[in-house]
Amino acid sequence: MTEDKDKKDVKKTEKAVEKHGSPWVDNLLMPALAVFTGLVVGGIIVIISDDTAIEAWRHFFSAPGTALKASWDAVITAYSALFGGALGNPKTIIAGFQTYFSTGDTTALLKSIYPFTESLVLATPYIFAGLAVALGFRCGLFNIGAEGQFFMGALGSAYIGYSITGLPWFIHLPLALLGGAAAGAIWGAIPGYLKARFGAHEVVNTIMMNWIAFRLSDWLLTGPMKASGFRPVTPSVEATAELPRFFPDPLRFNWGFPLALLFAFLVYWFLFKTTLGFEIRAVGANPDAAKYSGMSVVRNFVLVMTLSGALAGLAGSAQVLGTDHWVGQGFSAGYGFDSIALALLGKSHPLGVVLAALLFGILRGGATNMQSVARIPIDLISVIQGMVIIFIAAPDIIRWLYRLRIGRTEQTVLTRGWGK
Amino acid sequence: MSKSTPRPIPPIQNRQRITIGISLLVVGLFMLLVFTRGTQPGQTATFGMNITATSKALTIPDLVLPVQPALYTFIVITVFLGAWQLARGVKSIGWLVGIVAFCFIAAFLIWATKEKSFNLVGMLSSTLGRATPIALAALCGVISERAAVTNIGIEGIMLIAAQTSVVSATITHNLYLGVIVALLTGGLVAGIHALLVIRFKVDQIISGTAINILGAGMTSFISSRYLEAHIDQLNNSGTFKIISIPVLSNIPILGPIFFENSPIVYIMLIIVAVMYVVLFYTPWGLRTRAVGEHPKAADTLGINVFLVRYINVIIGGMIAGLGGAYFTIGSVGRFDQNMTAGKGFIGLAAMIFGKWNPIGAFLSSLLFGFADSLQVKMQILSVPIPSSFLAMAPYIVTMIVLTGIVGRAIPPAADGQPYEKQ
Amino acid sequence: MGTVLELHGITKSFPGVLANDHINLSLEEGEIHALLGENGAGKTTLMNILYGLYKPDEGEILIRGEKVDIHGPNDAIARGIGMVHQHFMLVPVMTVTENVMLGVEPTRNGIFLDKAKVAKHIREISEQYGLEVDPDSYIGELPVGIQQRVEIIKVLYREANILILDEPTAVLTPQEVEGLFKILQTLIEKGKSIIFITHKLKEVMAVADRITVLRAGRTVGTVSPKEVNPEKLAAMMVGREVNLVVRKKPAQPKEAALEIKDLYVRDERKNMVVNGISFEVRKGEVLGIAGVQGNGQTELVYALTGLLPLESGEIRLLGRPVYHTSPRTIIERGVAHVPEDRLKHGLVLSFPLHDNLVLCNYYLPPFAKGISLQQTVIINNAEKLIKQFDVRTPNVYVNASTLSGGNQQKLIVAREFSRPIKLLIASQPTRGLDVGSIEYIHNRIIEKRDEGTAVLVVSSELDEIIALSDRIAVIYRGQIMEIVDAAKTSKEYLGLLMAGIQPSEAAKAAAKTKKETEVERVF
Repeated sequence: MTEDKDKKDVKKTEKAVEKHGSPWVDNLLMPALAVFTGLVVGGIIVIISDDTAIEAWRHFFSAPGTALKASWDAVITAYSALFGGALGNPKTIIAGFQTYFSTGDTTALLKSIYPFTESLVLATPYIFAGLAVALGFRCGLFNIGAEGQFFMGALGSAYIGYSITGLPWFIHLPLALLGGAAAGAIWGAIPGYLKARFGAHEVVNTIMMNWIAFRLSDWLLTGPMKASGFRPVTPSVEATAELPRFFPDPLRFNWGFPLALLFAFLVYWFLFKTTLGFEIRAVGANPDAAKYSGMSVVRNFVLVMTLSGALAGLAGSAQVLGTDHWVGQGFSAGYGFDSIALALLGKSHPLGVVLAALLFGILRGGATNMQSVARIPIDLISVIQGMVIIFIAAPDIIRWLYRLRIGRTEQTVLTRGWGK
Repeated sequence: MSKSTPRPIPPIQNRQRITIGISLLVVGLFMLLVFTRGTQPGQTATFGMNITATSKALTIPDLVLPVQPALYTFIVITVFLGAWQLARGVKSIGWLVGIVAFCFIAAFLIWATKEKSFNLVGMLSSTLGRATPIALAALCGVISERAAVTNIGIEGIMLIAAQTSVVSATITHNLYLGVIVALLTGGLVAGIHALLVIRFKVDQIISGTAINILGAGMTSFISSRYLEAHIDQLNNSGTFKIISIPVLSNIPILGPIFFENSPIVYIMLIIVAVMYVVLFYTPWGLRTRAVGEHPKAADTLGINVFLVRYINVIIGGMIAGLGGAYFTIGSVGRFDQNMTAGKGFIGLAAMIFGKWNPIGAFLSSLLFGFADSLQVKMQILSVPIPSSFLAMAPYIVTMIVLTGIVGRAIPPAADGQPYEKQ
Repeated sequence: MGTVLELHGITKSFPGVLANDHINLSLEEGEIHALLGENGAGKTTLMNILYGLYKPDEGEILIRGEKVDIHGPNDAIARGIGMVHQHFMLVPVMTVTENVMLGVEPTRNGIFLDKAKVAKHIREISEQYGLEVDPDSYIGELPVGIQQRVEIIKVLYREANILILDEPTAVLTPQEVEGLFKILQTLIEKGKSIIFITHKLKEVMAVADRITVLRAGRTVGTVSPKEVNPEKLAAMMVGREVNLVVRKKPAQPKEAALEIKDLYVRDERKNMVVNGISFEVRKGEVLGIAGVQGNGQTELVYALTGLLPLESGEIRLLGRPVYHTSPRTIIERGVAHVPEDRLKHGLVLSFPLHDNLVLCNYYLPPFAKGISLQQTVIINNAEKLIKQFDVRTPNVYVNASTLSGGNQQKLIVAREFSRPIKLLIASQPTRGLDVGSIEYIHNRIIEKRDEGTAVLVVSSELDEIIALSDRIAVIYRGQIMEIVDAAKTSKEYLGLLMAGIQPSEAAKAAAKTKKETEVERVF
């Protein structure tokens, strides 16, 4: 009897495990399909906003082929401009290498890899900001404030970068990075503290902190931190505070990217291999059980929001110290909001975040080219990202669209209401 | 064993009492140190009591206050209340903080206006206007969350509706049609949110965020693709004329504030009243509240939990859509990218501060509208505070409100949780 | 008289479980038909099918001989079926009237709720069936017994003829149970028919006209209480003779491990729910806290484990005071806690078993070196514990959510018992478990006691308390009524104490009822 029950229990458990689906499906196939579907939706919008295609559709019944062809052309033009602008032209790159090996001349090579390196440059702040949001998710916190933390981090780094002179780079650069991390950390810690102490929901508070950051930057950039001249921008940072670049101008590829990868690894190690990460994940998965087993839920809230803010701040630092060297109005430009999508896409795992950040870097890198070549506004990217969030968050839609018959995973509940 | 009667309950709010008392004294001290500085006997502050020449209200004399006596009156009240709280404790913290906040703002205004003139009624009447989109967002929140669906995508809904309403109003040259389109758009987008969270059980915060990102992206896309090139054909609708209510608008002070407004403001006021009655005095309201508190109980009595949620969220979306229309055809007559500027989120704070009650939500929206209107007018007075800092006021007020130090409320018990029919 | 309801061959399966397997049941007019079975035997599933909450895979339902399809509660209500759920389906922030009218609201002018009309109707029903309740009071402020009356009124307001009561006595004191039985008698006298779901044998014997026993989703048989005795019913329920008595040696109590003096605790809503409690638990003994749920037990345990702050009074743990002490410090002093709500507090369901087994000591050597987790040690620990504590699972890497309730509880017991502990606090340690798991966990608790651990058991199952405890403290409205020697007390006496009858009067009353029951037993 017990033997029997034994086997039955084990079988039940095995079935339950099976029902959970394989990690490959969850972590790779579903995100890939979500991105693909997002691109399809984007393609439909491209067709709708393309005058030629719309014109052709008017005559759909007389010439269906023309309509389909015009639509196809519009999508292809847009997306090849997008991805071509982001990755470069393989032929040119090969030619560039050939010239380099035969003559030792790097001009052509550098020119050919420019688009790709530029995408990596754009991916750099995404990695940091995505890690910031992912870290929050792991603790059950939703940091929508990465945008403001990014801005504050950039301003912090810029200030240390231009105001202090005469330091050697190995002191100045770390100091500038630290300044950015600290500024972001403060911006994250305030909502974290308010949540821990008063139970105020972090979503609304981080949004409010965003707006406060924007207003504060308005004042800083037109007042105390304004460079001489008319434009509301900061002075350029000292060379000693810059993240060194790998190639000569105009290639902006710099040490920020490897630094971002290093931080991705650090976050991975921190989350999954340390006792602190264990606590954070336990608090995120079941705060009641965490409290019961002796962990301090509120301390973890403050800790995670501070670290998350610091990471988002570093995103701003990397952008200002590695890429732009100065900060102007609208500097954050949606990086913080995009990072929510990419943290979800990366399943809040550092490796996933890196991959998602590369994708977003590519999208953003190619968007400018798409705008100039195909006259599609950059904002199409936001639409695609919004769709990707929906598809990631509602895997049932993807399952239904592609007729997948794979078990569903448990969904983490992030919403905890306003009270607690 | 312990059959002795329980001892009197020891006061647990000692610490809170002392903290609040001391904070109030600090506020009083701050007022004394900052606001009275540099004032001289005989200075006056003039407050305008008439809005504009076009107003129908009877003209009344402006209010001229002697600066020093007025300031000291408010400071004395604040210090007295602080001391009273410290020594004895006050039952209603809400009233206490409310009165002190009033004293502080009054003193601030007198300080800012000394030897100048400031149109008080003008500011108050723009308060209601600025509160309108916040109130509509808050009302959207109230009706959704009473059925336990959080809607953090209000910002995105308002943005999309703002755009569709102005474009349709421009094309048809009919502002009322613009309002109808706004209602439909709001309902549609909220319907998507409802579908995602009810049918697909998407985390409600994530769904709302996706709608916000989509809203910002879509509207910016359409803006740069179409509107910028064809402003007059697509993005220039004009705005509603102000409607003066006969007789009532002649009342001084109250007339210009409440009875000379855009139609959307009146509709908002009607929605507040209707929603209150519906929620608490009709079968639909009873069912909504039951679904928000204990969906399973409602289900076992044959109430369709999902249907109630869909309908409430969609109605909420229509109300938010109206709020979106206020941004464009209600005030400036054109669409600008990201013009909602966080008002949807401030509306959520107003909803929380208003304890999920339509009237409470409206009153707290007035508070935010006041903060907003104050900062705009202060810029005109050239107060020695950077305008950027004044512009932070609504956001900071929101964060303070969310701490729940003043009037903490309990949300509907099932708020934010998906309902699993077995 | 006649058959009002028949169920034929009802079958319902859930992924991996056959909950109902061709169940038959018939209900006569004016009878109380008990549906008896262990937890998980399929009683609630069957009733949810009848109430339209589940759709059966097979089988048919006949009402007064007519075949019906029940698609949802609305259908059930329309056909005169009413259900009183085990967990009350009442909205706490609404009044009795609002709860009763919900779903069938009469209106004035077709718009406004007509509460006065409903309140009047409620008063009529109250009078007719002896269900006293104030229509204007808020549910959240009513005691559980009254809430149950509201549930019954809700059903009667909808003019139901067939009442289903799902485990109605689980939350009542023995005296409230008496009251409920009287109400049931009134109901059948007025021609209603009742299905009474329970797993308690004695209640069935006292109240039922017929008894249908379910086991593992199948009908074992339908009997009349006159034909059977409790032992036979028990055998039908579990399929073998059971012995719920825990074999144990007399306790060897030593010095006190936990001393509580004049303790006051507020719950999360700031109501004072523990009102001046004093007792001590000594090493090597089991102190049982008996009481109906919701009399402050939960908060008492929370205060002892650091999950709620003390309002006033004193807790001394192994001689040291506990005051604003964090759960971690309390755990580190050697307290183990088997929590009342295992899904809420006991486990992180989305964590693998091995992580759940180090939830309280992951940061200590050998599981961590500095801040670095020692994965191998953690996994080896888990392998060892699941063997030692008989947790049935394919491996230690699966998530805790995949285990059955009994195995989840064993997992918690494994974690808590494997640490070096001096005080064990076990709150409802066997709620909802199968007989095998119950026996296992009881034996482990006694084992701990015999090792010299102080044990505090909190349970609303009086049988469990009596089986485990050396001394029993009865809690009522946040106060200890009396602490009695487990060997020298009776269930009747404890029941009266649980109902708040003062010890002196309880002793008299218990002596009286004992005589009466003995007389009754003679038949």
